Amino acid sequence: MSGNEQSSGASLKITGGRLLDGHGSDTSNRALLIRNGRIAATGEAAEKADADQTFDAKGCVITPGFVDLYCNLREPGNGQKGNMASETRAAARGGFTTVCVSPETSPVNDSRAVTHLILDGAYASSAIRVLPVGALTRGLEGEMLSDMAGLTAAGCIALGNGSRGVRNARVLRRCMAYAQTFGLTVMLRPENQSLAADGYAHDGLVTARLGLLGIPEVAETAAVMEMLLLAEETGVRLHLSQLSCGRSVEMIADARRRGIAVTADVAMHQLAFTEDALSGFDSRFHLRPPLRSEADRKALVAGVRDGVIDAIVSQHLPHESAAKQAPLPDTEPGLSSIESVLSLGLGLVQRGELTLAELIRGLTSGPASVVGRIASIGQDDIADLCVFDPDACWTPSSQSLISAGHHAPVLGQSLAGVVRLTLVEGREAWALA
Amino acid sequence: MTANAASPNHLQLTRDGQLRHFLTLDGLSRALLTDILDTADSFIEVGERTIKKVPLLRGRTVVNLFFEASTRTRSTFELAAKRLSADVLNLDINTSATSKGESLSDTLLNLEAMASDMFVVRHAQSGAPHFIAESVTPGVAIINAGDGRHAHPTQAMLDMLTIRQHKGGFEGLKVAIVGDILHSRVARSQIRALNELGAEQIRVIAPGTLLPRDVESLGCTVEYDMAKGMKDVDVVIMLRLQKERMEGALLPSEREFYRLYGLSQEKLALAHPECIVMHPGPINRGVEIESAVADGPQSVILNQVTNGIAIRMAVMSMAMGGQVAERQQTLTELNERGLA
Repeated sequence: MSGNEQSSGASLKITGGRLLDGHGSDTSNRALLIRNGRIAATGEAAEKADADQTFDAKGCVITPGFVDLYCNLREPGNGQKGNMASETRAAARGGFTTVCVSPETSPVNDSRAVTHLILDGAYASSAIRVLPVGALTRGLEGEMLSDMAGLTAAGCIALGNGSRGVRNARVLRRCMAYAQTFGLTVMLRPENQSLAADGYAHDGLVTARLGLLGIPEVAETAAVMEMLLLAEETGVRLHLSQLSCGRSVEMIADARRRGIAVTADVAMHQLAFTEDALSGFDSRFHLRPPLRSEADRKALVAGVRDGVIDAIVSQHLPHESAAKQAPLPDTEPGLSSIESVLSLGLGLVQRGELTLAELIRGLTSGPASVVGRIASIGQDDIADLCVFDPDACWTPSSQSLISAGHHAPVLGQSLAGVVRLTLVEGREAWALA
Repeated sequence: MTANAASPNHLQLTRDGQLRHFLTLDGLSRALLTDILDTADSFIEVGERTIKKVPLLRGRTVVNLFFEASTRTRSTFELAAKRLSADVLNLDINTSATSKGESLSDTLLNLEAMASDMFVVRHAQSGAPHFIAESVTPGVAIINAGDGRHAHPTQAMLDMLTIRQHKGGFEGLKVAIVGDILHSRVARSQIRALNELGAEQIRVIAPGTLLPRDVESLGCTVEYDMAKGMKDVDVVIMLRLQKERMEGALLPSEREFYRLYGLSQEKLALAHPECIVMHPGPINRGVEIESAVADGPQSVILNQVTNGIAIRMAVMSMAMGGQVAERQQTLTELNERGLA
């Protein structure tokens, strides 16, 4: 990590904010003293301490830095869509201090060399922590096992299939059994490819009217069921990523009751939007999995509330503008979303669908525990912090976005929720000018 | 939170509610649809003259942009534009050469630079005309000549004109649409038009594999049994069945489809005695319709073709009028603000 060169000995005092972590702790007006990359003192001790700098967080919420279990930084290999510097800075602006990056780079992250390339790139140009997810199969082709133990030794925190399916259930079963040998976590986006076929939108009301090619819910739920059964049999730690169906949440809750080691995440835009977003053929909302019905959206929100869904992810997938400038079916899927996650989440809080504590849990302690990390703000904890003003507003636009991708979920409208300061190990990764 | 959703009308209507593009029937009022039918009626007479021309589009350039092959639709659009005295350019564009969005945009921008006033667009992808009108050349009037599975609004309107000629109106009408609803842009537009114009019952008749999920939400009822579905209908619309449907495991065989869902004289006898038979063409004789029915006294299939020219004249002249009015109004506003 390089980032902003604040000497490690310098200290920072943050005063006046509301401290909230994902474990239910919520205190107002409690100071934090940060020194040597850690929280050196809290409360009265911090208040009284001398510090080199003071940050007035009046009116702000202070939380552990957000952890994203699924995003794409586009480096190496897709420089026209984004790069390590632009996308990690966008993430820091969104309040994220740790991002797990999809193995779908070019080349695919299926070897130690590529893992090192990603980590070296992060060391050179990222102000936040970048954790690579290795490819579960070689080339993400779904046919041969990757060097899982080697990838892990090189720094991969889990193994996954990115946005690609593993068509062959026998291969998937062996992947899980092999990963289980080493206690590795397998992160899968559940999709049965033969059922999803050429679809690009939720098979439902909007596809019926607009004549779009649908992806039925069963394309996800059949895959969830298969993966849960294989996880039960192999005993692997399974993380189901980027869910879109209400029924998937039910199946995961059932599996947990049966003692299967499964965790799950959902993209923030799946909590905020439905299939209706496509009704004007808006190619930004061409997503995989697709935005589904209002009933699905509500069930996913309830899943976050109940903790069946552990984490909220950005599913950040930046593109150059040409990739979205075509008739909807010819465009590439994905949103440039990482800068808007907090604002969309605060919208859910404002409408009473989630509490602020549930939202913060889904962005901090929930995802952190999936990858075996800790996200809290107590004495001696690592100073990964996000300080945001929930009432201040900003307007996403191609001028105001940092990401190389300008297809944010909301454009040209004012959104509440502005990150004022993001600290990674006490160093400033983002500070509002 | 809803994204910038819903009505396509901010695109296809002027501030005064006139047509300026013709992309879909979604959101168009009964009054506007009736206006299109009435305008088309007045153009039918033009087709009966020795000199079949009116000067409504004189000096205007219309480009027929067909990214997907078509004979009938393209020729009737061409005739319609010529009868309105427009200059017409026909372009059949190989889709494989323009499968990337960027080159589609570039093609269109080049044509716009040649001072085109109207694009008649057929495209294999749902929403392509919408994309062009919204993001590429909003100053050119866009007429949708069929996009993917989404809409074929001029076809639906010529069908409505044909129904009105034979039935006098839409009140109390029972209409059956039979066959491949799933892949049909024609059926989607027809269901929308029939609902807006006040038809009493719209039944879609097909096996489950050829129906979109949630099809009832479009405003129709589903009937799997053709004998039941045909009972007492005033209008039956047969859809074309593509041969590829057998390969996609949607149907077992043409023979079985014809036996269950083909329109034979026996099945037609179950309908109202004055039931008319329609088909958007081209017909697969012996697959979805028996020859004796297609050529029989109740068939109005060739009337549909004739009406196609009048409807396309109506829509083209109305959209050009709206587009010109919109441009004029924008210019006036700019002048008032001292910006032009």
